[in-house]
Amino acid sequence: MNRREFLKVAGLSLAGLTGWQTFNLLSGGAFAKSLPGVQNSVQKQWGMVVNMEACSRKAGCNDCIDACHRIHNVPDLNSPKDEVKWIWTASYDKVFAEQDHAFSNKGLKNRQIIVLCNHCENPPCVKVCPTKATWKREDGIVMMDYHRCIGCRYCMAACPYGARSFNWKNPRPFIKEINQDFPTRTTGVVEKCNFCEERLAKNLLPACVEACEEKALTFGDLNAADSELRRILNTKFSIQRKPHLGTQPKVYYTV
Amino acid sequence: MIEKALIGTRRYWKWIMLLLVVGIIGFIFYLQQLREGLGITGMSRDVSWGLYIANFTFLVGVAASAVIVIIPYYLHNHKEFGRITILGEFLAVSAVIMSILFIFVDLGQPARVFNIILYPSPTSLLFWDMVVLTIYLMLNLLAGWYTLDAEHKKEPVPSWVKPLIILSIPWAISIHTVTAFIYSGLGARPFWLTALLAPRFLASAFASGPALLILLCLTIKKVTRFDPGKDAIQKVSQIVTYAMCINVFFLLVELFTAFYGGIPEHRAPFLYLLFGLEKSITLVPWMWVSIVLSCISLIFLIIPEIRRKENLLTTACIMVFISIWLEKGLGLVIPGFVPSPLNQIFEYRPTLPEVLITLGIYAVGFLVLTILFKVTTTVKEEASN
Repeated sequence: MNRREFLKVAGLSLAGLTGWQTFNLLSGGAFAKSLPGVQNSVQKQWGMVVNMEACSRKAGCNDCIDACHRIHNVPDLNSPKDEVKWIWTASYDKVFAEQDHAFSNKGLKNRQIIVLCNHCENPPCVKVCPTKATWKREDGIVMMDYHRCIGCRYCMAACPYGARSFNWKNPRPFIKEINQDFPTRTTGVVEKCNFCEERLAKNLLPACVEACEEKALTFGDLNAADSELRRILNTKFSIQRKPHLGTQPKVYYTV
Repeated sequence: MIEKALIGTRRYWKWIMLLLVVGIIGFIFYLQQLREGLGITGMSRDVSWGLYIANFTFLVGVAASAVIVIIPYYLHNHKEFGRITILGEFLAVSAVIMSILFIFVDLGQPARVFNIILYPSPTSLLFWDMVVLTIYLMLNLLAGWYTLDAEHKKEPVPSWVKPLIILSIPWAISIHTVTAFIYSGLGARPFWLTALLAPRFLASAFASGPALLILLCLTIKKVTRFDPGKDAIQKVSQIVTYAMCINVFFLLVELFTAFYGGIPEHRAPFLYLLFGLEKSITLVPWMWVSIVLSCISLIFLIIPEIRRKENLLTTACIMVFISIWLEKGLGLVIPGFVPSPLNQIFEYRPTLPEVLITLGIYAVGFLVLTILFKVTTTVKEEASN
């Protein structure tokens, strides 16, 4: 390495370091103002708690589902075989089958529960992907690269929550109104909930959380002890889907 | 040496034409699948793997079973196997080619297949399966071809071939173990989450693969002047017998844990498979056919007087092959997805395009096999003259 090369490398490294700090300061600072309980020092870990009682107050309400599917260009294929869904409902006795029993409260048994990707601490889908097309970000969001996915569907086999959908056919003709701010997907790739990372980047709450009039969904940073999310988890009894599998879901449910 | 595949009887060319036609029909439907997406298959959001992955799994077993003729000849010096080792290796070659094709047609974005190499992911068993299958294909192709080439030229086999053959023995075990690990490491799928899966895969492989090899040897004996030898076929049939017994034993062991253990999520897929769940019984008749065929084939194989009669052995081998194809193909893949993670039951039925694409791949595999076997038998015929 000659002097000229050394200067180049050293200069770039320095610029990188300061640039990174500036970025951290800017983005972290901006986040802290709008999202409750976010600190700069610790890495954020996004999580969500679903208040199952509040969620069931308005019968037949699909506000969160509609909001999510609208902004993410999720097609409406109207077929259980080919359908794509990021957030949907299933009855309590299916979602929490291991908790349900013959004499459990009738109202609870048939209650429709919101389900979505759990953004697991140990995501099995990430482990099995042969192309790293799905990965876990530092803030815990399990992401998808629709351009790298080869459509082998190993992640779908590995997900214990059925959170992933495959584009069995071209989704575009089945999107009612295309949102130009979010990519549509192509045939033959897997997709799922992204915890609205594109909105978080703009300091906005996930679309489902925002859309819920009953305030049944609470989103926040699990690493921030003073967040509303942590307050709820600290004061109420909460459960997770299939905790025995060791995936450590970051979507919690309060009864 | 390959030119020997270009000279054949009328019957040989008819067979080649038949395979080509089936292959082309499959390819035409594959083009439709490329255009419209995998939605033209019976696979669904809940049952997201089907006939393709089932055949992939089954054929990796057939490929691995080549060791059944390699071990006795190269490690135990059983001379009678010498006549069929190359056949075993070439069967492995065509089975691996079919396996890889089945994975390929199952991809939603086949144009991006090289992403597996561009972004190697050592935590993914599918990545490792690609690695071990590719190497296994090369090992068997090189070993088979150069052994045959030496025989053709009446020269000793090149010294570098034997290490490859020896390496192919543990490698065969590895391909099927890795294939089992694709399934048996998924906490999401209680049906597959069993340490017994890899041993079960090997047992069923060592029954179904050699059963097919016997059928092929008997066919060769009929249509060519090369005789693979009664001794070799009888020895292989003993191996099929042992492997089939172990396979059935493993299945019963699995059923014991599922039903006596009684854990609902572990038991449900077995119930679906054998008796149906909530009136969904698509797989049930197929599984009982598989069970009945296993039992009858075991009777045929275990009684020496029956096994030694070539026409009855043929029947037994056909039964073993179909029984294991059902058990290890659809019977393994589909119940992994039923009931779904949300305890729903969605039934899978392959569609016509899916079946034709599957047959097309088998045609391609058998075309490769026919060409390799044609060269082999012609060289062997010439050598014995």
